[in-house]
Amino acid sequence: MGIGIRIEDLCKVYDTPPPMAARAGGFAWGGARAGRKEKKKKYEVRALDGISLEIRPGEVFGLLGPNGAGKTTTIAVLTTRVEPTSGRVFVGPHDVWKEQVKAKRLIGVVPQRPNLDFALTAREILLFHGAYFGQTARERTRRAADLLDKFKLTDRADHMVRTFSGGMMQRLSIARAMMHDPEVLFLDEPSAGLDPQTRLLLWEIIRDYNRLGKTIVITTHYMEEADTLCDRLAIIDHGRIIAQGTPQDLKRSIPGGYLLRLRFDRVPDQLMAELRKLPGVTEVRSADHIAADVYADRGGPLIPAIVNAAQTAGADLHDVHIEEPSLETLFLHHTGRSLRD
Amino acid sequence: MLSRDGHVARRNLLPMLLQNLLQPLLFVFVFGRIMTTSGMMRPEYKTLLLPGIMAISMVLSGVQAVAMPLITEFQFTREIEDRLLAPMEIGWLAVEKIVAGMIQALVAGLVVIPAGWLLMGSGVNLSFHQPFAFVAVCLLVAFFSAAGGLTLGCRVGQTQIGLMFSLVLAPMMMFGCAYYPWSVLKAFPVLQIAVLVNPLVYASEGLRGSLAPQAPHMHMAVVLSALLVIDAALLAAGLNRFHRKAVS
Repeated sequence: MGIGIRIEDLCKVYDTPPPMAARAGGFAWGGARAGRKEKKKKYEVRALDGISLEIRPGEVFGLLGPNGAGKTTTIAVLTTRVEPTSGRVFVGPHDVWKEQVKAKRLIGVVPQRPNLDFALTAREILLFHGAYFGQTARERTRRAADLLDKFKLTDRADHMVRTFSGGMMQRLSIARAMMHDPEVLFLDEPSAGLDPQTRLLLWEIIRDYNRLGKTIVITTHYMEEADTLCDRLAIIDHGRIIAQGTPQDLKRSIPGGYLLRLRFDRVPDQLMAELRKLPGVTEVRSADHIAADVYADRGGPLIPAIVNAAQTAGADLHDVHIEEPSLETLFLHHTGRSLRD
Repeated sequence: MLSRDGHVARRNLLPMLLQNLLQPLLFVFVFGRIMTTSGMMRPEYKTLLLPGIMAISMVLSGVQAVAMPLITEFQFTREIEDRLLAPMEIGWLAVEKIVAGMIQALVAGLVVIPAGWLLMGSGVNLSFHQPFAFVAVCLLVAFFSAAGGLTLGCRVGQTQIGLMFSLVLAPMMMFGCAYYPWSVLKAFPVLQIAVLVNPLVYASEGLRGSLAPQAPHMHMAVVLSALLVIDAALLAAGLNRFHRKAVS
């Protein structure tokens, strides 16, 4: 079985400032009132601008994009947290905004920032969560113990979560999301702020869960995460989908996607000129006088020609690193901006 | 799903009670014991005061029991989200908060009676000859304090908790006819009308009417219908606020 997700032409326009900003005036009520009406009209943020997606049952789907692209808003609409301005979303057969309760039963959510109940211990969080979903006492005790064990939290299970480190909170958030065995698991930037070791553990857990036939939706701005983890991806920027497909397909679609990073003993102008003339080369950059970045539509086949060019120019080639087409270059290609900007 | 009401309430009960009861009990002691024993107040004042203190402690704890956790849970940590994602309509979560607040308000109110009795010593004349009116007033008061807490809690940000106390709760307590019956305000006609918007007035007058019928108080029918109207209005406002806050 497994549950798919359909998003139809989703738009979200925030027309009032976020609550915190609205209260910035706080104590100066009288003064703030007068100006507020004008301000309200000016404020309009189009977070999602016509997103349509089809996420298949049982796949790991990635939403990739820079901060503020609309990834989190998309997740929030799918998980009943934000009401869309227009458009519809379906989780399995249920329209999320018409059959909230049924949709909520099917989903588990790991938020971007841990929203654990700070008044409880780790085990209690899982037990209460199970209770919210109507599990029997025996069932939730067993599941909580299993999950605590799986996420290596057993020894801290009865401590208050406010004493937990960021990584532990993150693991507990995921454990909580899995507590009611949801068919679809949403993870909003799950590996932000995790150390590499914990990240690997996290990926392993996600893959394991996916093997049970569960659908997984993940947002990230880490290229390698999207690349290694996801079956399919959508790249989002400014509330629009700019590309979607499997990571391989997406990368193949980049023209001149290879990057050859070369190091020489020196880079004379003549060498730069020679490199630019090579077949398939679109751009050559040299940041300092010993290295050159060559953007080209091929990788390895270009090496002999580069060696020749270096000899002609009287330079010694010290090091070659070939970067395959990556999602980073894809994003650059589509938006003209780097993901990390 | 209902069992959660109990969990959430029990979790907060003890510190909440301490927090809410200390002030009213100090009032009971100072006004009810010191002032009367020293002769500055007439002993009958004790009977007048106790229902008022009870009203205050019910309203305070009801409002706080709902508003305070809501304010923190709706902070950027969004602790409440795990419950918003539970498979039920989110309106029920608001109702759950109200029920939990009502329970705390009732407990806080009922604790005041024996505690006040002990602190004030002899001379308190409470009658329980109107159990039905008493229970009705208690429930309605608990309900409006919890629903009011919901409205406030969804409206006020964490930075404004102090402001909420000085702007909303403090005048409400002072002009809530808790320390004096409404009828003594005859001397200040404008004030007497103005305080009628204060729900605490009906709470204290209602409790006074049912517990100490010999003391001056408003007509019970007026009290009950006013409380009903306030309950309905605050419930509607609270649910509306809650939805707006929970779903952006």
